[in-house]
This record gives sequence, C-alpha cells and structure tokens, in this order.
Amino acid sequence: MSSHSSSSEITFHPDHSGGTSRIWKIFWVLSVLTIIELALGYFLYAKHGHLGYATVLSTKVIIGVLTLLKAYYIVSVFMHLGDEVRNMIMTIVVPLCLFIWFIIAFLWDGNSWKVLRNTNAGSRPNIEHVAPAAVEKGAKD
Amino acid sequence: MSTTAIPAGTKWWNGGRSPFNASYGKVMMWYFLMSDAFTFGAFLISYGTIRFSVNHWADPNHVFNAFPFAGHANLPLAFVSLMTFILIFSSVTMVLAVHEGHKMNRKGVEKYMVLTILGGLAFLSCQAWEWTHLITGDHAVLVNGQIEHWGTTVSKNPWGPEVMFNGQEVATPGPIAFGGYFFGITGFHGFHVFSGVVINIVMLIKTRLGHFDQRGHYEMIEKAGLYWHFVDLVWVFVFLCFYLV
Repeated sequence: MSSHSSSSEITFHPDHSGGTSRIWKIFWVLSVLTIIELALGYFLYAKHGHLGYATVLSTKVIIGVLTLLKAYYIVSVFMHLGDEVRNMIMTIVVPLCLFIWFIIAFLWDGNSWKVLRNTNAGSRPNIEHVAPAAVEKGAKD
Repeated sequence: MSTTAIPAGTKWWNGGRSPFNASYGKVMMWYFLMSDAFTFGAFLISYGTIRFSVNHWADPNHVFNAFPFAGHANLPLAFVSLMTFILIFSSVTMVLAVHEGHKMNRKGVEKYMVLTILGGLAFLSCQAWEWTHLITGDHAVLVNGQIEHWGTTVSKNPWGPEVMFNGQEVATPGPIAFGGYFFGITGFHGFHVFSGVVINIVMLIKTRLGHFDQRGHYEMIEKAGLYWHFVDLVWVFVFLCFYLV
C-alpha cells in the first residue's frame, strides 16, 4: 500500500495489494447459499400440504440461518467491515442486537393477536383445539 | 483479518488520529446505513407481525410464479432468483471497482462501475415488470356472491382462501395488508436501488473527470460501494420474507 493516503487521521491501511480471488470465492459462497435456499423453498412448494408443522417450521428456520450467513459474508467481506478495527465493528454490530428482542416481541404479539381474534378476545375456546361436541353442549346451555 | 497490522502500543483515544481508523465520511456512512437497517427492519417486522396475526396469508409460490415471455407457465421462485443473482453479481462488480480504486487504476474503476450500473438498471427493469404483472394481472375472486376479476394492488388482494362456487374452486379476497406491505417494502427497496444507481453514475462521471486521481485516493468509490452493498443486503432479507417463507 503506497499511494493510498486518504487522510492523516488514518493510522494504518488494510493490505489491499492482494488479488481478487477472495472476492470471487465469496461470490461463489453467496451463489451456493442462494441455490440451497431456493432448493429448500422449492421443497416446501413441491411438498405443500404433505409436510408436518415441525418440518415446515424447521425448513424455514434453516433458510433464515442461511440468509444470516449470506448477510455476514456481504457485510464482512464485500463491505470490508471485517477489516475495520474492533471498536468500529462493535459500534455497528452491537446496536443491531436490538433486533433479537424486536423480532421475538413483535412476532409473539402478532400471534397473540391471532389467538384473540379466533377466540373472541378469549371469551370462547379456540375451535381448533376443542372437540365439536363440547362446544355444542355449551351452546345449548 | 488485517487487525494484526496495528502498530503495537497505538493509543487510539489520545487525539490526532481517528479512533476507528476510518475517515469521518466513512464512519458516518456506516451509521447512516445502520439507521437505514433499522428502518427496513421495522418495516419487515411490522409485516411479519400482521402476517402472524391472520389465519390466512397469500402463498408466494402462487403469487410470484410468472416469468417474462413464458405466458401462463407456473414457475415459482424463477423470476425472483434471476433478480437475486443480478443483484449479487452487481455487488461483485462493485467490490471489484473498489478493489481497482485501491490500486489507483482509473480504467478498471470505470469498467466495473459501468457493469454495476447496468446490473442496477437490470434489477429495476425486473422489478418494473414484476409490479406491472401483479397490478394488471387478472384473477377470479368471489366477492359478495359474484365473480370479479382483480389484480394485486394496495387495496385489493385476490389471494385469499379458496371456496367452492358453482362446482369450482375460487379464491376469496385475502388480507388487504398484503399489497400494502409488498409494494411498500419492495418499493422502498427499489427506491434505494434507484438512488444507488444515481450515486454510481455520479461516481462514474467523477472518475472519468479524474477527480479521484487528483485527490490521490478513491475513497468515494468505497463509500458509494458501502451503500450499494447495503442495498444488496436488504434484498437478501426482502427475498427471505416475501418470496421464500
């Protein structure tokens, strides 16, 4: 690194003298991860209605994990965040941890909303989980 | 990691240097992108909340199964895969432009910036086609005991649960939020792609005029590149939330 002198406050410059092999390697990693995601997505489509709840959910979780892996490679290599100093990385990554709470809390709330809707705000049992006879008996009274 | 290259005993917070070893502009670009990530995250989580709160949601494999010039062929995931690969590839050409910038190779930067801009325009064209196809599409929907023909818009969702009508299966109106979230979020992302293309064109012009050679570094290409990669990053999550699951 010779001519790369952007400003005086920069203490050291990451070594950019290498070739493009790392970039192309990450391109192939991203492509393969996307193809695996598409294969799993197509699996869900082709087997639609023939899969148990747990299988569908775990397949979707796997697709989500692969997406996070893709995000890691894009941010770390393509955006060169992995080459920054540790303090810089932390100020970007730590605030994003709020998303963990954000996702759990809001999706939980959405699901609770659905249960309330289906049970008339909890005043009647959820039909999906109650035998029809019991409902009729209650209705006569 | 190049963190090993830090000189031993460097006092980061003693002044006279950036504690983050990055220029002001680059640090601020990162913080802008972080705030933008929260904006997109809020949109996507709001979408997820509404989707979790209803009993029936449109099946993406039925909504997005068309391909240009393929007529009525049922091709789930095909077109969106093409869009995804276009964006990944334009991300690669962008990082190659940044790489050429580090080597102060103006011709190389120009070449890869042109390819990145073309990739962005290709993605926008795909999105324009997809929106047109959805809005002008024609789907039989049972509304108040009568068959109507609806496209997918922010106020009409023809992808509701199917019922039997005159011996045929026909869809009923689905949750109205579907179109609003789909067009809202992909539109906001598409606007980011559009502004990214504009920024890249400005950078290409400045490169051609030799501004960065005079300045002695190509850091503006790096900053534009951060924005462009962020657009790709958001698409990874939009692809997950709207098309895959």
